[in-house]
Amino acid sequence: MDKVLMKGNEALCAAAIRGGCQFFFGYPITPQNEIPEYMSRELGRAGGTFLQAESEVAAINMVYGAAGAGARVMTSSSSPGIALKQEGISYICGAELPCVIVNISRGGPGLGGIQPSQADYFQATRGGGNGDYYLLVFAPANIQEAADLMIEAFDLADLYRMPVMILGDGMLGQMMEPVVFKERKPRDLPQKDWATTGTAGKRKPNIINSLRLDPAELENLNIRLQEKYAQLKANEVRYETHQTEDAELVFVAYGTSSRIVKNAVAVMRANGLKAGLIRPITLWPFPEQAFEELPDSLRALMSVELSHGQMIDDVKIAARGRWPVGFYGRSGGMIFTQQEIVEAGEKLLREVSHVSGV
Amino acid sequence: MNEKVICAGFGGQGVMSLGRLISYTGMRVGMEVSWLPSYGPEMRGGTANCHVIVSDTLVGSPVISHDATAVLALNYPSMVKFEHELIEGGYMFYNSSLIEEAPGRKGITAIAVPSNEIASEVGDLRVANMVMLGAYIAVCRPFTLEDVVEALREVFGPGKEKFIPLNETAIKRGIEVAEKAAVGS
Amino acid sequence: MSVVFEKTKGLTEKEFHYCPGCTHGIIHRLVAEVLEEMDLLGDAIGVAPVGCAVLAYDYFNCDMHEAAHGRAPAVATGVKRALPEKTVFAYQGDGDLASIGTAEIVHAAHRGENITVIFVNNAIYGMTGGQMAPTTMIGQRTTTSPFGRNAEQTGAPIRIAEMLATIEGASFIERTSVHNPVHIRKAKKAIRTAFECQQNRKGFSMVEVLSTCPTNWGMSPLASLGWVAENMIPYYPLGNFRNPDKEA
Repeated sequence: MDKVLMKGNEALCAAAIRGGCQFFFGYPITPQNEIPEYMSRELGRAGGTFLQAESEVAAINMVYGAAGAGARVMTSSSSPGIALKQEGISYICGAELPCVIVNISRGGPGLGGIQPSQADYFQATRGGGNGDYYLLVFAPANIQEAADLMIEAFDLADLYRMPVMILGDGMLGQMMEPVVFKERKPRDLPQKDWATTGTAGKRKPNIINSLRLDPAELENLNIRLQEKYAQLKANEVRYETHQTEDAELVFVAYGTSSRIVKNAVAVMRANGLKAGLIRPITLWPFPEQAFEELPDSLRALMSVELSHGQMIDDVKIAARGRWPVGFYGRSGGMIFTQQEIVEAGEKLLREVSHVSGV
Repeated sequence: MNEKVICAGFGGQGVMSLGRLISYTGMRVGMEVSWLPSYGPEMRGGTANCHVIVSDTLVGSPVISHDATAVLALNYPSMVKFEHELIEGGYMFYNSSLIEEAPGRKGITAIAVPSNEIASEVGDLRVANMVMLGAYIAVCRPFTLEDVVEALREVFGPGKEKFIPLNETAIKRGIEVAEKAAVGS
Repeated sequence: MSVVFEKTKGLTEKEFHYCPGCTHGIIHRLVAEVLEEMDLLGDAIGVAPVGCAVLAYDYFNCDMHEAAHGRAPAVATGVKRALPEKTVFAYQGDGDLASIGTAEIVHAAHRGENITVIFVNNAIYGMTGGQMAPTTMIGQRTTTSPFGRNAEQTGAPIRIAEMLATIEGASFIERTSVHNPVHIRKAKKAIRTAFECQQNRKGFSMVEVLSTCPTNWGMSPLASLGWVAENMIPYYPLGNFRNPDKEA
């Protein structure tokens, strides 16, 4: 297939349509506007329906309705808009419905800014709304990966009957890179016999619902959700390791900013420092396995984020106290340079040497 | 090759499409590319810029920070803002129609390109960005004039094919200017 | 012996949880009878609100979807867009529709969304324990207006039917009441017309039904019916506010 040069936001849309997206409900917010714009133009041509809702709250509830009716449906927004969608996302998880949610995130809190940020890590990986639930969260680092993940996202949502979130930032959304759209691998997916499509007088009514007034029944739902999450942890964790085999310092970074960290690794290697990188592709489930494969040469980990430290909590959990965990981050839309990371990494290694008396 | 180019100027000077054309041509000739725009209020006037990487290996970070190999500055604020992003020995192509003084940064090669004047001479001020592109490919040689024209043909499509000669002329004039400047330096 | 009356097939066997004298039961039955009579039960998808009718999904004998508070019109929009040939209705109370869900109801009407909304207005929040609603009458005592609703502080009751009737996308808007048999029959006729509008793809239809809340009003069921006639109807006039056939 042909390579095309595309903006990340638009590549996500083209991939979504290839992934079987039939419905899109959204609301304008920067820096994701190319997504509803593209869908308003192209989804109808592909036989689907685009609708601009009156708010993010309405949009996610339309997603809830269409997903309950058995459709392949998605929405997109950016950080403050995703905050508004949390109500619907929680209901969708409670009712166990599939859908795809794109967050082209921006800096916060509040209205924040519109430049690249990773300050929504907690929101994305800790459920985000009320209740004991998670989303399958992908954090692509480049446009090809974003398209590849998006093509799969609808199948995974259907397979697990839960929302899949693609978490990017303005950099991923706005930049252009070559992308090749691959064919979707066919999967065996369960029938949607739970969908509210009308009984046609042939079956008992289907009910899409997250209300369980009986505590035992609600606990059963939660236990079932946890079993599903255990399956995700076993089957869907994805990550990339880069030059970790002999590393003394391993950075942990995700999304577009991990590319800057990768450049920093190259600079450090050129300076004779053995650096490496773990790049989570699924933020939830977090790739704890990656930390089990780290070499004996490792002296420290460093979480590098466009925030003041959110993923670092997961890095510490995965490290289980075996290595010191440092941090470097910028926020508000400020993007670190590879030199800043090199310096932070060198500083951490010096501190570790000092403490251990080497 | 690892070209890291910042294109910058006023909104409306065509710096975004200039950058896109460099990435698109790079992709067509088999290079790895990325194009990262500034976005936000700049879109509605003011200054605009984009970071373009054309490389024979996979692009790492799409952000150019203190490692630009070339800056194409269409206005004065852009030249001042981005001259310090250049590596030692990098190239500053500046629009001498609008910028009276040469860049202050030492250790770089400055190339004056009277983009607006030449664009007006060839018949349309809007191709000032193409004059700049000509100067850039003459000096840095990421690809040839023919590569660019073929890319333009695809970008324009049959509907806008009639604009190709104008753009091609502008690029050629940019090449000439840069070649003369190189001889003179 | 011939059967002269039986329970509608539009309702399940589940026993209502509603308080004695509450008119939700009547309104449920009217909707269910209309769906059965129009042979729509196998085609219908209903959306239940948050409020006293939250469990409506257990009572209507068709596919049902439970919504978040106020979002039923948005959920119904999603269902209808996915299944445009099916009959989609939302059943909402006054806290749900007239307070937290104003954006969703206004914009469903504004888009001319081809759905039917049954709006039950009993001038109070029932399920949460009798708090003031935007529809609460001036002077009416509730648990959050213990000295009576004061217009200076909380505004005057909102008239939803009149408001929605100003919207171009609204096709059929009527206010009815179920405080006596005559009006119950009129309410059923309006509900039927609303569903017919949807079948004929005329766009958004809504029937507001004035209803009672004996428990939270602190009245007997009979006194409550009288209160609707004496206090609510003068402020909330019954009648049609928009009808596609009359305009044509």
